[in-house]
Amino acid sequence: MTDTTTLSVPDSPPAVRLTGGPPPGAAELESRGVAAWFGDRLVLEDVSLRMPAREVTALIGPSGCGKSTFLRILNRMHELVPSASLAGEVLLDGTDIYADGTRAQHVRLRIGMVFQKPNPFPAMSIRDNVLAGLKLAGVKCGDKAALVEQSLQRAGLWREVRDRLNAPGGALSGGQQQRLCIARSLAVQPNVLLMDEPCSALDPTSTRRIEQTIAEIGHEVTVVIVTHNMQQAQRVSDHCAFFLAAENEPGRVVEHGPTAKIFGSPEDERTHDYVTGRFG
Amino acid sequence: MTATLPRQASTRPRPPVKRRTSQLTRADQLAALGCAVSAVLLTWFVLHLLLTSPGWLADLVVAYALYLGMLYVVTRDRLGRLAAADRLVSTIVVTGAMGLLVPLLFLLGYIVVHGAPFLRWGFFGHDMSTVGPADPVTATGGLHAVVGTLEQTALTLVLVVPLGLLTAIFLNETRSKFRRPVRIMVDAMSGLPSIVAGLFVYAALIIPGIQAGVGFFSYSGLMATLALTMVMLPTVTRTIDVVLRLVPDGLREASLALGASRARTVWSVVLPTARTGVTTAVILGVARVAGETAPLLFTSFGAVFLNADPVTGPQESLPLFVYRYIKEPLENVQQRGYVGALVLILLIFGLFALARIVGRDRSKRRTTAKRTQETR
Repeated sequence: MTDTTTLSVPDSPPAVRLTGGPPPGAAELESRGVAAWFGDRLVLEDVSLRMPAREVTALIGPSGCGKSTFLRILNRMHELVPSASLAGEVLLDGTDIYADGTRAQHVRLRIGMVFQKPNPFPAMSIRDNVLAGLKLAGVKCGDKAALVEQSLQRAGLWREVRDRLNAPGGALSGGQQQRLCIARSLAVQPNVLLMDEPCSALDPTSTRRIEQTIAEIGHEVTVVIVTHNMQQAQRVSDHCAFFLAAENEPGRVVEHGPTAKIFGSPEDERTHDYVTGRFG
Repeated sequence: MTATLPRQASTRPRPPVKRRTSQLTRADQLAALGCAVSAVLLTWFVLHLLLTSPGWLADLVVAYALYLGMLYVVTRDRLGRLAAADRLVSTIVVTGAMGLLVPLLFLLGYIVVHGAPFLRWGFFGHDMSTVGPADPVTATGGLHAVVGTLEQTALTLVLVVPLGLLTAIFLNETRSKFRRPVRIMVDAMSGLPSIVAGLFVYAALIIPGIQAGVGFFSYSGLMATLALTMVMLPTVTRTIDVVLRLVPDGLREASLALGASRARTVWSVVLPTARTGVTTAVILGVARVAGETAPLLFTSFGAVFLNADPVTGPQESLPLFVYRYIKEPLENVQQRGYVGALVLILLIFGLFALARIVGRDRSKRRTTAKRTQETR
């Protein structure tokens, strides 16, 4: 186990300038009374959570309690599921991302996402994978080489791939692929980065490397991470929200607050049972 | 066995020796050979000495059945029931594959034997308008047919690729409720007999066109192209549809999560990922329409002279060329048909080879790229 305080956080170099990208800096994300349905089934209810800028918020809880659904609501990926619907508000720096006239594409450009399964684009080289976001969202960049280097460096992959940027992205190992996906998300310089169990398919060494990456980028963007691994939540996050769904009931946030408090002296008995490993 | 191998230099470990897993041993081969010989001899003894054989096919069937039975019994005796069943099934499977391959090779060989001796470069140099029925087969000219086939296929491609690609994208990448009817329609169209496609163009365009005196709608390569499009479009659409479905949803989500629109995702992520499969689908479709005869009979009609203009006047193509000469009574005229068939087969083989090369191109480039990286 690595304590986050011992990880070296390098002074971040000035970001490469993009035109047409998200506004610079991190943004605060806040959900108000969010509920979600799949078809007629209510899976999530009354989630009001503040995810402060430049900090890492972890969403923990047993499977099927709506953590991933909540995460996908935060950047409007939820609505891609044909039967899905939702209620409530998600505020990005105070503006509702579901307001009329707000385009989902623009929201997703500002709020990046890393998926559970590494999904680099197989038809593209490592370099093109990193730059894919620019091409896909129509963002311009004057110095692409610098952007590739910076993004890969922030994702902790630069040293391993700098000699083979033209190799296909699919030729990397699973952990490297996941870091490539992180670099791809970081290249468009989003204000928030969502991570949906980014380490669940990886070995401990890769997991440690990615946790290190999270610790480094957590000072520059807002990070929201879903994890099943409670040690991981403890290591990487500043804030924690514990989700729980009783049988045949929608998921709710049982307790949220600073990570140290959730793991050290939780107020709710169920949180205490969960973080001490008594169930789940 | 490994102990008898010569010792390597002490600094390097002994190179690993591959173990044989599923190969046939010498004893297996001898047993199979013995079974085959006894089966043949027994067949000969029973069918030719004791009875009168009804023909070579009966000999073959009896010998094969005897061989299978003997192989099973011998293997069960040596290796047990499980191994015997395994040997029996693999023998049947291999025979089945051979049974498919033999007629195919025979067919190809037949065309090559009949066509190749008479194929000259001149075939690609002139048409049939100057060649009389009594002229030697080597004087056959197929320029008009080759030009017609190439033009009609290329025009078909121009119509089919955009339509097929767009339909497949519509079926796969949108959420329209019309997807189901469209898919049913495509399926129904792929069962359309090709002569009906030709007949449709004839009845719907050519007859009214001739009656109304509109020169555009009369026998021409373009009308053949329309009929061929009806044949090729459903197959190509379905194949591209399947290929697009193979693209993992994770890639679409990744692209959308980066702020891409759906159209952008299709263009920049889905299609490049499926590129190889789409190319293969198109080339296989081309190879198929290049050999279609029926849709051409009442649309391009055929001609013995070169007509390089696909829009006006009857046009020949290789399948029509073959059809025209193979049904003639004179032997040297029939042989012209074989020459045409050979050229058509070579053309289609060329297209298949192209499909394989295009299909392999990417991975090959990748491995070489990888290798240069490793040596660096």
